[in-house]
Amino acid sequence: MTGMQRFGANLRAVPARLKGSVVRTGTPTTDRSRSSFVFGNLFLHLHSVRAHLWTFRWSTTWGLGIMALSAFLVTLGTGILLMFYYKPYPEVAYWSIKDIHFVVPTGRLIRNIHRWAAQLMVLVVFVHMARVFYTASYRKPREFNWVIGMGLLAVTLGLSFTGYLLPWDQLAYWAITIGANIAQSPREITDAFGITAWFDPGGLQKFILLGSEEIGEEALIRFYLLHVMVLPLALAALLGVHFWRIRKDGGLARPADAERRLGDAGRSVYPVFTDAPQKTYHLAAVVRGTSPAVGRAPERTVPSMPHLFYAEAAVFMLTLLFCVALSLVSDAPLKEHANPAVPENPAKAPWYFLGLQELVAYSAFMGGMGIPLIVLLGLTLIPFLDREAAGTGEWFGGPGGPALVVRSTAFGLGAVLAIEAVAIRFGWIREWWPDAPQLFITLVNPGTLLAAAYALWSIWCVRRYDSTRAGALALFTCFLCGFIVLTVVGVHFRGPNWGFYWSPAAWPGH
Amino acid sequence: MTTSPIAAPRSRLEPPPLPRRDFLGLAALWSALVTLAFATVGALRLPRAAVVPVPSRKFRVTLPEALAPGDAFVPPGRSVAVFRDADGVYAVSTVCTHLGCIVKENGRGFACPCHGSTFARDGTVTKGPAPKALAWLAVTRAPDGGWIVDEAKAVPPDTKVRA
Repeated sequence: MTGMQRFGANLRAVPARLKGSVVRTGTPTTDRSRSSFVFGNLFLHLHSVRAHLWTFRWSTTWGLGIMALSAFLVTLGTGILLMFYYKPYPEVAYWSIKDIHFVVPTGRLIRNIHRWAAQLMVLVVFVHMARVFYTASYRKPREFNWVIGMGLLAVTLGLSFTGYLLPWDQLAYWAITIGANIAQSPREITDAFGITAWFDPGGLQKFILLGSEEIGEEALIRFYLLHVMVLPLALAALLGVHFWRIRKDGGLARPADAERRLGDAGRSVYPVFTDAPQKTYHLAAVVRGTSPAVGRAPERTVPSMPHLFYAEAAVFMLTLLFCVALSLVSDAPLKEHANPAVPENPAKAPWYFLGLQELVAYSAFMGGMGIPLIVLLGLTLIPFLDREAAGTGEWFGGPGGPALVVRSTAFGLGAVLAIEAVAIRFGWIREWWPDAPQLFITLVNPGTLLAAAYALWSIWCVRRYDSTRAGALALFTCFLCGFIVLTVVGVHFRGPNWGFYWSPAAWPGH
Repeated sequence: MTTSPIAAPRSRLEPPPLPRRDFLGLAALWSALVTLAFATVGALRLPRAAVVPVPSRKFRVTLPEALAPGDAFVPPGRSVAVFRDADGVYAVSTVCTHLGCIVKENGRGFACPCHGSTFARDGTVTKGPAPKALAWLAVTRAPDGGWIVDEAKAVPPDTKVRA
């Protein structure tokens, strides 16, 4: 063979050899090649090689985690594209968004997809958290992953918040104003004690957020940096740990009797141990902990390739389809150019912050910082306060069960509706007693009373059912009810000057 | 000082002496940590610039001749309501003390569009989450007969400047 012939042969073999050098194991057709397909790939090896059949039941996860990840990946891709044209400077930011909408080819669609994927991500992250909670999947050894999840929730909300500030329209400008002043709201407390002149954490937080005394280019560049760099990197790092821990914590949580409940499903699909074994086993090492008993080891598992990956790919495609479909029919909003002299009336945040806005309308500090921090802390501590085992992996599992959830829903809705009704109908302390000390108004407002009522209900449930899981079920259900009702009130029932209106049609004209 | 090559046998209960290699290792580790800590403290000053350009918030107002006593005049683009009555001229900030939205004069006082606080005409809170009264701002007479309002300088309520 001459040199030229070898060259020709090599050239013809390039596609096959390139593929072989990337994917070393060939087509995943056997158990062995399916396994190496997973652990031979940097990204796929976050999965275990085999997944339990319980994982594939619709009601185990509803695909929510992958859906949230898919939404994030969509925002990541579209976000990078948007960065080609977006200019983070107050005088041109708004016009660059206009350019993206009207001038840049496909810019409008990409911005719409970015926005819808972001909205979907927030929604799905909340629902995913509820799924994990209600199936009691946060328990040992998964406590830390629940904590990581709380970090992901906070970063997701941070990404959304910093995202809608960037267009520098009226929504953005007044959201920055309100956000920066919430950061400054500890002054409500320090002012009440008269110590702001010496000790002013609120003022410092606001200054660091804005980079200036005024809202301007320093503030915009800071939020831009957070949105495109700091928070996405934080999210990616947390996501990596989150996924890795799923595998290290033994896959998805499942009930103790999962084997029995699966019945005969998949019994014969991929037999690992056959009657005529081809392999022998020996004890490789003495390790701590339980090890699978020989003879019935990973029987109720199937290879992740293709089963898990195909399911995940399907969820990704559905998410993408959903975002694109919504983007074709509904444009991302862009309000008027920022006007520091005139806020919108009413000035409403996006839906996921309107529950908070409702709380903030009772007290800036308690609604904007105090209660959210208490809620986040309470949620984070759940797996450390509920150490029971009953009901793990089971919807509404644990003492009390669905009946307790129904009862807590009734209590949660009743409490929030009652307190809102009183505050809307009769006003609050300032109207009854104009000279009330500010500290009293800050501490005793509808938001804090609601949080206290929920906490008391939860403690009562711990005693009544003699179970910490019952207390957690009660508290989380109440939290969801409060969140949903406050959000709905904020979205639908609040009008100009944050007044109460039965429908937007009843708003007074200008 | 040198030690005798034949030292007395050490008791098992005595802690073993720190070997020199470990000592050097620990010293290096702690030096690095302390340096890092100081560097971090230094870098924490970064988000707060030493000099922050702030536009002057003093501006000149010419009150309309027909401004009735107790009627608010809001200079275009400013967050201030200027009043004139028998006692003189005064300015009330229209920046809500709750979360910084701009309140709107409505004849009876001020109302905030964002979270529903309301204020009386003198700036005191009548309803809603605002923790403080609206600030009164410094007003001075300009040499040419107009008025100068300083948005950055608060004065005690009821400070009115005679014409």
